Amino acid sequence: MIKIAFASGKGGTGKTFAATNFHYTLLKNNCRSVLVDCDAEAPDALAFFESTSLKIKEVMQMVPVIDTGSCTFCGKCHEYCNYNAIFILPPVKVIHVIEDLCHGCGACSEACKFNAISEKPVSLGQVTTYINDYGHVLIEARTNIGALSPVPVIKAAIKEIDKNAEIAVLDSPPGTSCPFIQTVSASDYVILVTEPTPFGLSDLKQSVETLRIINTPFGVIINRTGMGDNKVHEYLRDEGIPLLLEIPFKKNIATLYSTGKLLAEADNFFEKQILAVFDTIIVRNGNSYHQR
Amino acid sequence: MEIAIISGKGGTGKSSISAAFATLSDKVVIADCDVDAANLYLLFNPVNDEEDVYISGHKAVVDPGKCTNCRLCINYCRFDAISLINDKVRISDISCDGCFLCSRICPENAIKMVQNDKSRMYSGSFRNGKMVYGRLAPGEENSGKLVNLVREKARNISKENNIEFIILDGPPGIGCPVISTITGTDRVAIVTEPTISGLSDMQRAINITLKFNLLPSVIINKYDLNPSMTNQIRDWCAGHGIPVAGLLPFDPIMVESMVQGKSITEFDPENTINKELKKIWNNILKKNNYE
Repeated sequence: MIKIAFASGKGGTGKTFAATNFHYTLLKNNCRSVLVDCDAEAPDALAFFESTSLKIKEVMQMVPVIDTGSCTFCGKCHEYCNYNAIFILPPVKVIHVIEDLCHGCGACSEACKFNAISEKPVSLGQVTTYINDYGHVLIEARTNIGALSPVPVIKAAIKEIDKNAEIAVLDSPPGTSCPFIQTVSASDYVILVTEPTPFGLSDLKQSVETLRIINTPFGVIINRTGMGDNKVHEYLRDEGIPLLLEIPFKKNIATLYSTGKLLAEADNFFEKQILAVFDTIIVRNGNSYHQR
Repeated sequence: MEIAIISGKGGTGKSSISAAFATLSDKVVIADCDVDAANLYLLFNPVNDEEDVYISGHKAVVDPGKCTNCRLCINYCRFDAISLINDKVRISDISCDGCFLCSRICPENAIKMVQNDKSRMYSGSFRNGKMVYGRLAPGEENSGKLVNLVREKARNISKENNIEFIILDGPPGIGCPVISTITGTDRVAIVTEPTISGLSDMQRAINITLKFNLLPSVIINKYDLNPSMTNQIRDWCAGHGIPVAGLLPFDPIMVESMVQGKSITEFDPENTINKELKKIWNNILKKNNYE
């Protein structure tokens, strides 16, 4: 199986647009593709495919519960907690867990020598597997409102991918911090989607820097060419980064997308372009995939 | 007064609109809270007076000379960050959460915690006031904490220089850096666009804002791309008591001004969009009873 992540530093460059159209095109050409929406804070890919929920998995994290009866207010758990999630005032015998700050590492449980700490699970979000009439599968990571980090939900969503799938298309969250890293580090190839503007270029550079550090092969799609300037093109040329595809800046494409429709469904030429990109990726990186 | 501009969905125009607000009239303090992908400095070219190192967290590193392969750390780590590869204990930088537990329980003291010290916070002046921004190094974490520092710095600067308005250009999403951007602010504006994703992400952004007891107002950007979706968003907002501060048309001049390194108000002061922006700004400040 090949996992391809669609990512970008800047939000709104067209990650979901590209990921949904790639997924659709692969399915139409008889390839067993699974779409995984890893943008758990703002999951939107589902809107483009009619499907019904098959199973829901709650993603849980353990948080400490302190039994104030056996607690000696020694402060060891507070000292062990690197996230300031345990508030303690020994003189007045007050101890309190701030669940929103807890990362569930278990250090406090280890610290306590008086068996005063037990742990309970709390929900961080859900991973839902959807299926349509043709048996095509879509996996969505969705964090609860107020959850601090989407990372555990993203990890759980990637684990849900069926091993029999030929291709997994991962729609990554924006940025270059942990949620992005979790998604791209699980992938064999990353397609960075950018736009030809100063903001697009600056964020693209940051994504490229990160991908070079973690050593994942990547190429770039420039969305909305025709607007902005040529600096992104120049940058790709200077750095020898493959330009996989350019999508023109057209109002009708934006309007079509806004209604939840896929361009590849309406436009044969776009479908052919996507298949060509896909061939390029396979040919360039083919051998290593077969070994996996 | 702190005014946070957020969106849920990325690319709806937060930074362009924040930049326009920052150059509408009086001097402001602008804080770029999108520390993952800070962009406003590209428009404003601030002259930085200060650069601070931000320690974003720690990573565990194992000393192979001391490690006896007892695997205790592997059993304790809840982030699946430690594994045995070719009979050697390896800690994955990507998965390590920096909790210190492995370094504490290792019987051989073979695990050391090292600081992530590549992130920075900058503050300085730009042509219409003061600017603060953070830059999280690639792959580093705890962006919410950096946002808190950026805001604290911005508040101090606003006091010292007697500048009334602080504009917070927020990150996309609804996670930790967004929560850090909106908690305790005076106003929150959510920029959306008339797409299915725009509507759904706006709803999640509104929910997170309400959770922190703030009433947001909504700006519908590029409203003419899909007028019926724009109406759907307005109806939804009306039905939920969320004020719509105003609508902005789709106009390539927004991108053109960005390419020229200017905000729309600087690039084309006569453009009618500026009147709309001014109206929206006043509506956000009013907080209630719009349209």
